[in-house]
Amino acid sequence: MTLDTLELVCPAGTPASLRTAVDAGAHTVYCGFSDETNARNFPGLNFSRDELAAGIAYAHDAGARVFVAVNTFPKAGGEAAWHRALADAEGMGADAVILADLGLLAHAADRHPGLRLHLSVQAAAANADTINFYADRFGVKRVVLPRVFSVEEIAAINREISVETEAFVFGGLCVMAEGRCLLSSYATGRSPNMNGVCSPASHVVYQDTGEVLRSRLGPYTIHVSRKGQAAPYPTLCKGCFAAGGATMHVFEDPASLDAARLIPRFAEAGVKALKIEGRQRSKAYVSAVVRCFRDAVDALAEGRPIPVAGLSRLTEGQTSTQGAYVKTWR
Amino acid sequence: MQLTLGPVLYHWPAEQLIDFYARIADEAPVDRVVIGEAVCSKRRPFYEVHLPSIAERLARGGKEVVYASLALITLRHERRAERELARSGLSLEINDLTLLGLIGPQASFSVGPLVNTYNEGTLAFLAGQGAAHVCLPPELPLSSVEVLARAGEQHGVPIEVWAFGRVPLAISARCYHARLAGRTKDSCQFACADDPDGLSVDTLEGEPFLTVNGVQTLSERYTNLVCDLPMLRQAGVTSLRLSPHSGDMVAVARLFRDVADEAIDPDDGLAQLWAQAPERRFCNGFLFGDAGADWTH
Repeated sequence: MTLDTLELVCPAGTPASLRTAVDAGAHTVYCGFSDETNARNFPGLNFSRDELAAGIAYAHDAGARVFVAVNTFPKAGGEAAWHRALADAEGMGADAVILADLGLLAHAADRHPGLRLHLSVQAAAANADTINFYADRFGVKRVVLPRVFSVEEIAAINREISVETEAFVFGGLCVMAEGRCLLSSYATGRSPNMNGVCSPASHVVYQDTGEVLRSRLGPYTIHVSRKGQAAPYPTLCKGCFAAGGATMHVFEDPASLDAARLIPRFAEAGVKALKIEGRQRSKAYVSAVVRCFRDAVDALAEGRPIPVAGLSRLTEGQTSTQGAYVKTWR
Repeated sequence: MQLTLGPVLYHWPAEQLIDFYARIADEAPVDRVVIGEAVCSKRRPFYEVHLPSIAERLARGGKEVVYASLALITLRHERRAERELARSGLSLEINDLTLLGLIGPQASFSVGPLVNTYNEGTLAFLAGQGAAHVCLPPELPLSSVEVLARAGEQHGVPIEVWAFGRVPLAISARCYHARLAGRTKDSCQFACADDPDGLSVDTLEGEPFLTVNGVQTLSERYTNLVCDLPMLRQAGVTSLRLSPHSGDMVAVARLFRDVADEAIDPDDGLAQLWAQAPERRFCNGFLFGDAGADWTH
């Protein structure tokens, strides 16, 4: 039996990675404008208006789609910038916008009835009731699932909703419910919800004491590495802390998500699309990951065994986890 | 200025909750009290049978009683319980947007600080759905608070800010108390019950940083906006939220009441709050657009 091919939704942090992802076989790329309207507002990333228009044309010529993330929470008194992002995305022919904020969803449904709306993971829609609410009220067509579910739970949700679901399959892993985390804001004053950044590089200091290397975020030491060891980036929720007499990665090990082995189970669970995280990653990374996952979803659709060799190479030397997709993670 | 006592976020034994609320009913000068479970559905069976009598006691003490919804609703039994709560006719504070789809179209409700009310568009939408009182997310700077307070005035919705207590920073499907004890959430054995104000998470240099409360992560420092109260009033804020911790919450409420009524000076209020619990460290950075942990005074 041949299944529908799972749609591969791939990151594009720059115009060059958009072209790379499309050339490597992405069915869809997602990206954002270079400002606070999207949740990967990093220096040097994202698209000017002209770049996005050109990127959409490039993708469409190749038969690929472009989703535009406008998935931060608009600033009080400054909503116009977010409204403009929606209008511009629609004007350029974006195939969907990815939104999280209630007010912005209401605005989009009201003023841009022809624009396809997807619910961002930042909205943390964590059950069928809330997904149905967004679908009924705003006409949302797809929801990016928060990373809190087991595969069995995703299957159960899909039985209760009529909109499409998109699940993260590879890349960085939030351990907290997304869009509801103020950890970065508490330590640095810069937040995913308001500024589109988490544990920002502007607040990172690597301090070499001669014996150890401390990775600090703002005034807080997040990691201590021995001389000669690689110092990990001090992402707050992957830090090493002392609590209750133990010294450990209290929230999550510095691991990234790799749910490649679960691809057939995602398909069985009724998931429509697989999302790869990593708009901040290099072209070479994007190219390798997209190629591997495109092979995998094609193999599944054609009833061939999934080629795993390429996939396991991607995470070689790094720790990976299947996250909440496996229930014991909790 | 109204005072709202938020829900107890920690896992306190039923007897302690009953005693706590009896004293709040009799002695605390607060206007509204939010009761019930916002953090973990597994805790509910320990005390939910007592909630009606707790509510009755608080109402007899002249308090408006509001029931909290859970903040993260994923499991089937959690959805069922929230559906019952939404249709119970009780006064509700929603801490997750799931409730918007469950409550009737004519219902009025409060919006808790764990809902992302960041801007006028969202506030207008919530007001249109029946929101009658909104506590803003704790990370909002004064510039946003001010815009939202003015918008709230237009909608007839009082705007509240997080004014005292450890700040809720994150919620997860994973239980960190269980993880620290080498268990999973399903077999947690209620490790969180050992820590009435949560478990401190320190940096490797020994600096207290965060607090773990089951699936929730809070700050280690206590938000304290007692000195910022005149500024908040000027911004149009009409309600302050005090979050329960162990120690004398009645005394905390009295100090905020006195400062709000201009019966004592904010600096005196701060000095007395410090004197009550000298080990507590305060923060108010979010209000000034700084790191939330910062303390400006």
